[in-house]
Amino acid sequence: MTVDVGLTVNGVRHDLKVDSRTTLLDLLREHLGLTGTKKGCDHGQCGACTVLVDGVRKNACMNLAASLDGRGIVTIEGLGTEQALHPMQAAFIEHDGFQCGYCTPGQICSAVGMLSELKRGLPSAVTADLREAAVDMVEAEVRERMSGNICRCAAYPNIVAAILDAGKA
Amino acid sequence: MPDTILGQPIDRIDGKAKVTGAARYAGDRRAEHPAFGVIVTSTVGRGTINKVDIKEAQAAPGVVLVMSHENAPAQAPFKHAGDRHARPKPQLNGARVHYYGEPVALVVADTFEQATAAARLVRVSYQTEMGAYDLAGNRRFAYTPAELVQGKPDSSLGDFDKGFAQGAQTVDATYTTPYQSHNPMELVASLAQWDGDRLTVHCATQLVDAAHHSIASTLRIPLENVEVISEFIGGGFGGKLPIYGDAILAALAARQLKRPVKVTLTRQQMFSVTTHRAATIQRVRLAAGTDGKLTAIAHEVMSQSARMDEFVESAAASTRSMYAAPNRLTRHRVVPLDMPVSDSMRAPGDAVGQLAIEQAMDELAYKLDLDPVELRLRNEPTEDPEKHVPYSTRKLVECLKRGAAEFGWDKRPSVPGTLKDGQWLVGFGVAAAIRGNYRRPATARVRMDENRHVTVEMDMTDIGTGSYTIFAQVAADALGVPIGQVTVKLGDSSYPQTPGSGGSFGAASCAPAVHDACMEIKKKLDAGQGPGNLQAEVKSAPGEEFKKFSQYSYGAHFAEVGVDTSTGEARLRRMLGVFDAGRIYNSKTARSQLVGGMIWGVGSALHENAVVDQRYGLFVNHDLAGYHVPVHADVPAVDAIMLAGFDGKSNEMGSKGVGELGICGAGAAVANAIYNACGVRIRDYPITPDKVLRGLMRPANLAQQR
Amino acid sequence: MRAFTYERPVDLAAALVAIGQPGARFLAGGTNLLDLMKVEAETPQHLVDVSRLPLDQISEENGGLRIGAMVTNTALAGDSHVREHYPVLARAVLNGASAQLRNQATTGGNLLQRTRCYYFYDPSTPCNKRAPGSGCSALQGYNRIHAILGASDACIAVHPSDMAVAMMALDAEVEVEAPHSHRRIKIADFHRLPGNTPQNDTILGAGELITAVILPPPPPGGQVYRKVRDRASYDFALVSVAAVVETDGERIRSARIALGGVAHKPWRALEAERQLAGVPLSDDALAAAGETAVKGAQGHGHNDFKIPLAARTVASALAEAAKQRKA
Ligand SMILES: Cc1cc2nc3c(=O)[nH]c(=O)nc-3n(C[C@H](O)[C@H](O)[C@H](O)COP(=O)(O)OP(=O)(O)OC[C@H]3O[C@@H](n4cnc5c(N)ncnc54)[C@H](O)[C@@H]3O)c2cc1C
Ligand code: SF4
Ligand code: FES
Ligand code: FES
Repeated sequence: MTVDVGLTVNGVRHDLKVDSRTTLLDLLREHLGLTGTKKGCDHGQCGACTVLVDGVRKNACMNLAASLDGRGIVTIEGLGTEQALHPMQAAFIEHDGFQCGYCTPGQICSAVGMLSELKRGLPSAVTADLREAAVDMVEAEVRERMSGNICRCAAYPNIVAAILDAGKA
Repeated sequence: MPDTILGQPIDRIDGKAKVTGAARYAGDRRAEHPAFGVIVTSTVGRGTINKVDIKEAQAAPGVVLVMSHENAPAQAPFKHAGDRHARPKPQLNGARVHYYGEPVALVVADTFEQATAAARLVRVSYQTEMGAYDLAGNRRFAYTPAELVQGKPDSSLGDFDKGFAQGAQTVDATYTTPYQSHNPMELVASLAQWDGDRLTVHCATQLVDAAHHSIASTLRIPLENVEVISEFIGGGFGGKLPIYGDAILAALAARQLKRPVKVTLTRQQMFSVTTHRAATIQRVRLAAGTDGKLTAIAHEVMSQSARMDEFVESAAASTRSMYAAPNRLTRHRVVPLDMPVSDSMRAPGDAVGQLAIEQAMDELAYKLDLDPVELRLRNEPTEDPEKHVPYSTRKLVECLKRGAAEFGWDKRPSVPGTLKDGQWLVGFGVAAAIRGNYRRPATARVRMDENRHVTVEMDMTDIGTGSYTIFAQVAADALGVPIGQVTVKLGDSSYPQTPGSGGSFGAASCAPAVHDACMEIKKKLDAGQGPGNLQAEVKSAPGEEFKKFSQYSYGAHFAEVGVDTSTGEARLRRMLGVFDAGRIYNSKTARSQLVGGMIWGVGSALHENAVVDQRYGLFVNHDLAGYHVPVHADVPAVDAIMLAGFDGKSNEMGSKGVGELGICGAGAAVANAIYNACGVRIRDYPITPDKVLRGLMRPANLAQQR
Repeated sequence: MRAFTYERPVDLAAALVAIGQPGARFLAGGTNLLDLMKVEAETPQHLVDVSRLPLDQISEENGGLRIGAMVTNTALAGDSHVREHYPVLARAVLNGASAQLRNQATTGGNLLQRTRCYYFYDPSTPCNKRAPGSGCSALQGYNRIHAILGASDACIAVHPSDMAVAMMALDAEVEVEAPHSHRRIKIADFHRLPGNTPQNDTILGAGELITAVILPPPPPGGQVYRKVRDRASYDFALVSVAAVVETDGERIRSARIALGGVAHKPWRALEAERQLAGVPLSDDALAAAGETAVKGAQGHGHNDFKIPLAARTVASALAEAAKQRKA
């Protein structure tokens, strides 16, 4: 059963006919060739597939493409290029925020989404006072908020350092 | 020392590709008009397939092929002997089921969605047999393996019983470690494509050369007709040493369909189709005099092995070289079970062995009323106590002392359960680390063009270890060119042979080859040739030094842990490791690997546990929600210090293995910190809240909390 | 995933009609439904995407709060009114899943998420909830995460939601629409115990749509959500406790206790609450309440530890809530 989907991905509009079962993740990877977004579990359990949907970080594997009709998606390829890195990408390189690099696109997209959540004053499980409208970007907050992105290489301390660095800017 | 780029913490040269999504992993490879294969796995642990009913699957939309043992092409038979990673890996080659989750069919369709749906329509019926799935319950079937990677399965020196009886204090304790699953973030995947009789397989493998042999021999085609490409690998940790059904089945299906075929394992399948770390039961006996000197050490290991394919978890091997003691004993036994195949996982043997022995040392320290750092210092040997050869280099004492100073070990509460921080009891733990140093023959090809641009080629891989970067550093250093002028090409079987990434031997084996090849080029330059059109291919191999010297890398871990007094939750608060791994090629990437290894140790202490349903032989919690690995929130400040060093016996470059050292001992430091925090000693890993809580609720402990 | 047809109705009325099709299911965030469809633990033939229905508002109502069914977990926990007056709810939501999932998961979907029982997720094993009559693999199997209260021989699964536990302590009501009916269900009655029909998690009728969750005015007292889990984040509860404690000086005026991870539904410990009303605040009283909360609890082997764990967590959450009020 096919469905029509129109999506803007990294600023480019795509109108596609896809199997209703197609997830955003498989659409990006297999239909659009945007393989920067990774599949680590296909079940919302790892964060490797994290992309920004209308600016909000989500797991691409947990979204049917059909239900995103009309939405704007930004993937790792849309954040920056080798010639013009996004500051978060540059910070990951500088702090060695990865090893194998497989979780990295997800970590970076997630970090970008997280900073905007912080900016909007959204609380996390470790926010001490929920009534405060502003939340400080401290290590503990970053760790908790990034916990949906597993890194089996365990580059965690470097990832946090990179995010804190990029987040200052 | 002159200014050199070697050792500098330079950024990874493949970093830009990785942070922009440009790096292509096996499953990212694309081909014209591909078909997608999905593997169907067995749902019994032991038995025979009666029938594979493929009617429904075959009729499903988009399905182009359904393969089972009833129609799979003939392949080379499985071999028990030989290089376990280069052997034939025949798939769907019989009705026998060896373990739960073994591939029994492949469904190929035009799309991934179609293939996934149709895979569920394959109906397999079995003649189920009673299987053996419980390690402890089947210990009577334990046997002595012929050998370990490190030599004989058993060793003894002096008279253990006598030495044990001499001890003023003794420890006799049994530690158990669970099944663990590598779970690299990248799913194992292969894209196979035929061009006439030539096959290209993009696959996720640590060992390109072994994969090359394995695929060619399984399909019984000439080596030169197969190209294996593994340019980027999303983590391996030993889980991508062998190739798996995805590679062979993709190749078989692609040949039959005359069309590229991509096969990717699901995360759930990764637990059974790929290998795992065997569960172990380890008995450790230590005895020491009042002076804290060990009089006897025994380390006896029993581990699971797949009935279909032996693997020995050599957990006591390094114990033979670690501490001085006149009377010694080590033993390895394996218990054949109808479980998936076990194999190397990050620091095989050592990682779980030190979870046991380094906790036992802690227990002994308390009995002796001696600081656990001091206990280790007092048992520092002057030579390898069993091999009776000198150490190539060994800076364990320095690791311990430096770590203790930097960590603030003097603030450790000497009595468990006395340091409080709100709801938390806080404790410090220490453990030493030892990891065997290995080296294998490797060949590198280096070319220089007229612009002095250098290209290094090897079939070596970069599984996140930093291979691309350090080889560029080695070449830039040797030839005196800027690093930007070096291109490193890895992960292709058409390049010269190397051992690949495994056992932390990659850099120690390959860097000398790169260096030597560069030196050849340099010689030619000095002789007035070039710079254009220069090429050198050099093989570098280990010499006698590995027999004449005891070769290991070392470290010391210091951990601070909090234990919640009402729930038993144990959480890491901070951790420091100090390491002696010879010369470091890149202090940034090496540190990352060490820290990563330490966090693996934390996971092995607190989280990781692939649970077997003893009725079926099934890994029950086979996904990343059920199988816990540490997440960001579990990892506060973790840091690693690398001692300056040079081990010329390991290789001319002076380096030793780094990638596996960090995990060794790390988990024991956490376990020891838990004891120091709350007085609860858990010998059954992982140390989850249920176990700690049970300890906290013991009457003796309850009194202490008041 | 089995094949299905997909539609996104334009409004509520159309959605309620669309769900009448055979094998139809609502799709909200999809973080649970899609997850289960991938392993074929769920096999809908038709998906009715309600994620864009205008049910994403939080508004004050009669001194309490009306939370639209499509309000995301992130929006719920981030709402200033919730943060100020219902912190136990904000905390519970923030302790669940990951930020990515919370950005997508909805209030209605969260209530209806299904158990995380390993066997439920693995179609190669028997499971009465997934395949009624096939047996319960967990009963004699690996049941560390399973229920200690209210279970049956047919199923010992637990409800995994954190949010629902807080709502239980807050006496929330679930508002439900069907073509010809409109009802409000007390959250205590919404989820059910497994009995002989573990395939039914709730009393929701076929085709009924959750439109909102209604919170009564905030209860007086300190509010605490305590989640015990194997790792520090991104993990389901072994046991969780939502506690609300009102004290007057040294005496407990009232207490509310709800537990997660212990039963097929969020579990309210009413007897323990009654036991605390009016007694002097003391460690012993709180510990006794913890014991009462797990009265009649039964372990199945691997999960025996949950009985003392739940009792101790209740006591410590109560203590924390009581302390909060004094400060
Ligand atoms: C890896 C992982 C970890 C998680 N960890 C936690 C955790 O720690 N704590 C926790 O509480 N949760 C956790 N979750 C679960 C998550 O909170 C739920 O998946 C989510 O809340 C479901 O909401 P949804 O909108 O995505 O639901 P959907 O998946 O869209 O729907 C779930 C069910 O509800 C039905 N439905 C949805 N909306 C309505 C409605 N308005 N009316 C009627 N029926 C409806 C659907 O038909 C479906 O049956 C986790 C999930 C994952 C994948
Ligand atoms: S506990 Fe319930 S969900 Fe789990 S196997 Fe038993 S019946 Fe199925
Ligand atoms: S692939 Fe989407 S969360 Fe793992
Ligand atoms: S860098 Fe390898 S998984 Fe994160």
